[in-house]
Amino acid sequence: MADILRERERQVYRKGQQQAFQLDCEKQSVAGSVSQRACVFCGSRVVLYPIADALHIVHGPIGCASYTWDIRGALSSGPELHRLSFSTDLQEMDVVRGGEKKLYAALCELIDAHKPKAAFVYATCIVGVIGDDVEAVCKRASMEKGIPVLPVHSEGFKGTKKDGYRAACDALLQIVGTGPVDDVSPLSINILGDFNLAGETWMIRDYYSRMGVQVVSCITGDGRIDDIRRAHGAALNVVQCSGSMTYLAKSMEEKYGIPFLRVSYFGVDDLSKSLYDVARHFKDKEMLQRTQSMVREELQRIMPIIADYRRALEGKRAAIYVGGAFKAFSLVSALRLLGMKTVMVGSQTGNKDDYEQLRELCDEGTIIADDSNPLELSSFLEEKDVDVFIGGVKERPIAYKLGIGFCDHNHERKEALAGFEGMVNFAREVYGSVMSPVWRLTPRKRGNPLEVVK
Amino acid sequence: MLLRHTTDEVLERTALTVNPAKTCQPIGAMYAALGLHNCLPHSHGSQGCCSYHRSTLTRHYKEPVMAATSSFTEGTSVFGGQANLLQAIQTIFGVYNPDVIAVHTTCLSETIGDDLVQIIAKAVAEGKVPAGKHVIHCNTPSYVGSHVTGFSSMTKALVTYFADPSAEKSKKINLIPGWVEPSDMRELKCLAHKLGIEIVMYPDTSDVLDAPQTGKHEFYPRGGTTVDQIKSSGGSIATLGLGLSSSSAAVEALQTKCGVAGETLELPIGLQATDRFIDKLRTLAGVTVPDAVTDERGRLLDMIADMHQYVHGRRVALFGDPDQLVSLTEFLTLLDMKPVYIVTGTPTPQFENRIKTALGGNVPEAKIKAGAQADMYLMHQWIKQETVDLLIGNTYGKYIARDENIPFVRHGFPILDRVGHSYFPTVGYDGAMRLLEKILGVLMDRQDRDAPEERFELTM
Repeated sequence: MADILRERERQVYRKGQQQAFQLDCEKQSVAGSVSQRACVFCGSRVVLYPIADALHIVHGPIGCASYTWDIRGALSSGPELHRLSFSTDLQEMDVVRGGEKKLYAALCELIDAHKPKAAFVYATCIVGVIGDDVEAVCKRASMEKGIPVLPVHSEGFKGTKKDGYRAACDALLQIVGTGPVDDVSPLSINILGDFNLAGETWMIRDYYSRMGVQVVSCITGDGRIDDIRRAHGAALNVVQCSGSMTYLAKSMEEKYGIPFLRVSYFGVDDLSKSLYDVARHFKDKEMLQRTQSMVREELQRIMPIIADYRRALEGKRAAIYVGGAFKAFSLVSALRLLGMKTVMVGSQTGNKDDYEQLRELCDEGTIIADDSNPLELSSFLEEKDVDVFIGGVKERPIAYKLGIGFCDHNHERKEALAGFEGMVNFAREVYGSVMSPVWRLTPRKRGNPLEVVK
Repeated sequence: MLLRHTTDEVLERTALTVNPAKTCQPIGAMYAALGLHNCLPHSHGSQGCCSYHRSTLTRHYKEPVMAATSSFTEGTSVFGGQANLLQAIQTIFGVYNPDVIAVHTTCLSETIGDDLVQIIAKAVAEGKVPAGKHVIHCNTPSYVGSHVTGFSSMTKALVTYFADPSAEKSKKINLIPGWVEPSDMRELKCLAHKLGIEIVMYPDTSDVLDAPQTGKHEFYPRGGTTVDQIKSSGGSIATLGLGLSSSSAAVEALQTKCGVAGETLELPIGLQATDRFIDKLRTLAGVTVPDAVTDERGRLLDMIADMHQYVHGRRVALFGDPDQLVSLTEFLTLLDMKPVYIVTGTPTPQFENRIKTALGGNVPEAKIKAGAQADMYLMHQWIKQETVDLLIGNTYGKYIARDENIPFVRHGFPILDRVGHSYFPTVGYDGAMRLLEKILGVLMDRQDRDAPEERFELTM
């Protein structure tokens, strides 16, 4: 068991401990820790990135644009302007003299060339320090070019990823409410917080259309500016990934009186409940019936497949480390459906309520951790003798080095994990990794096979 | 057509970089620091920088990459990063226990004016650095140079912090390998070994970023040059640097600080550059080249002779880092191919001259560009004006390759969608054979794919 940083003692909890449950969270990482967290810019960039007909320009030195160039598999059914990388590539003289002129010129050049529906200008760390008036440049470009040009205040040091989500939502709020809504049905929603990774938004849209619900806008998966302009016409906001989009939903509730529902499309329990919640919200009998028959139909199709995987996976142990804690809830229950036990669960940015809910959901002995680091994570994985680790890009090689299966539930998922079909994909992926013959040869479980041969 | 926006008309751009052929300094410093034994790289800036660099290196190497961060906050940007770095140093030695913390700066800490020398001195004075442990640093403002500059600066920092002018004199040769893959570093050591020459090489990322599966997550894998080895480099007979852009600074620093005579060659990629590398090692150490190495060369030459007719005259576009591009250009020219477009986002003095030397008077029509606005967009525009038969570069080339239907060989950093680069070298004679194999592979696969049935042949 590795030493947990002393200051971090209160950020790790084992269910069943005598102490009262009080997990410190929403804290700054200790300087010097190998945190898995990212920054404000990262949060804004991932939320807005899927809006495919907007221009996304990163105002700063080249790195921030390079590292986020087409990094997220957020699919578009049409334009793909979002997949290019535009940067003002600030140089030393710009830092001295300010980057406003360069930004203005870059915006003009790009808007003329690509005729986007809107432009997002991401302010990075250095812009916040040299004091460029990004707001004024955006205003000017917007006036001259006749499209919304929106500053995204995403200076990396101004908080965590969560603050970046908020900055993104602030930019979105300037677009919402600027489009016509006369043809919007009373049975209508906005899909908030799905990013169409591996085409997931398309599957979810399909469920809603089978239920008879009009989808006004998807924010931001396969997103379009004109749809977002009309989002205030929807009767309900349906919010997934609560970490990034609750703020937008709350603001729209205040401003336009649109209520919102929290949902999750991962795992059949949460997914079915979410779809029923939406149907019930509209108090429409026929819609509820349509939803029931859709859910029944889908379950009949997938449950036999799931049962097959479950036979192999029954009793295996899983660990989860994700960005937002909300996703972890659904993962715990999806794993349970596969007969698996979650023995460790953590997130980069969960809050008190999230962790309380996780504690209720988890079995005795489960480790719950906030803002963990690789040392801790690998010690948890070893201690709990985990069979599969569910996380993101930085976690994958740690699992593999330990001889443990892995499933990416982050940007690098290659198959849809949401929806009914997603549950099958998830089961197949977990099964494929947990059961891989390669682990039989790795030393951790079996000792060194070469020595055995001797 | 993902790049459908690209036009063939090249307009002067002043303010904008589209699809960059470079990234920022700190990631290079982080990569270099990983080549030091028991070293934890440390990013002095916001948390995101460290996270992006670790993610990108992880995607490229499929290995865990450990680095810490000063986790700047709004307060830090006003009051400076001293408190954060002091706390970080204490935390890191207390918890992660490295031999060395290698700090690099970021655009943020540079702009607010943190003085790393002073902060590190304060940490030492306050007893935050345990005996026998070290904190080193280099300045890597992201708005100057590129990732290559950062690599060069951290390599130089290894010299300025550790190389010992009073080290015992030895017959060793210092090898500064430049920004190459762990596989390449392993191959360079192997070649020196075959020549019977003792070397001190740094940085050395082999056995760090290509570590074997052991069933353990080693926070510090066993590889990397030790501090003592670098100290001893002050007493070596000579220094050989590879790659002018990434190694010259360290070679010169070593000469100035310890009086070790140094020279920097272009990277030993391709036959002639490897010849010069082997010859230089041979003369510095006063050894004869063993048959085993001569035979490696012979096999490469034989392969080129066997296959030259398949590559002759083919037009090639290449992009990436200056050192790699110069040597690749020379090798392609030897293959009688035509490197017509050569682009690096890294601002590089003398780049055009170095490429022209590599071309040796061939391909007068070659277009060469480095630095501002030398990006993938420009390269694509050139290709639209007149296409090429082969594209060589990092993973980001796949968009152009697909849109323009061009065979594509991945080479450089980062490679996010294939494996092999960490295991199979491209330096040395064997490395050149692998490069040639890859080039032939994509060209001949394309020929097979496109051949009409009656011209689809079993033997090619």
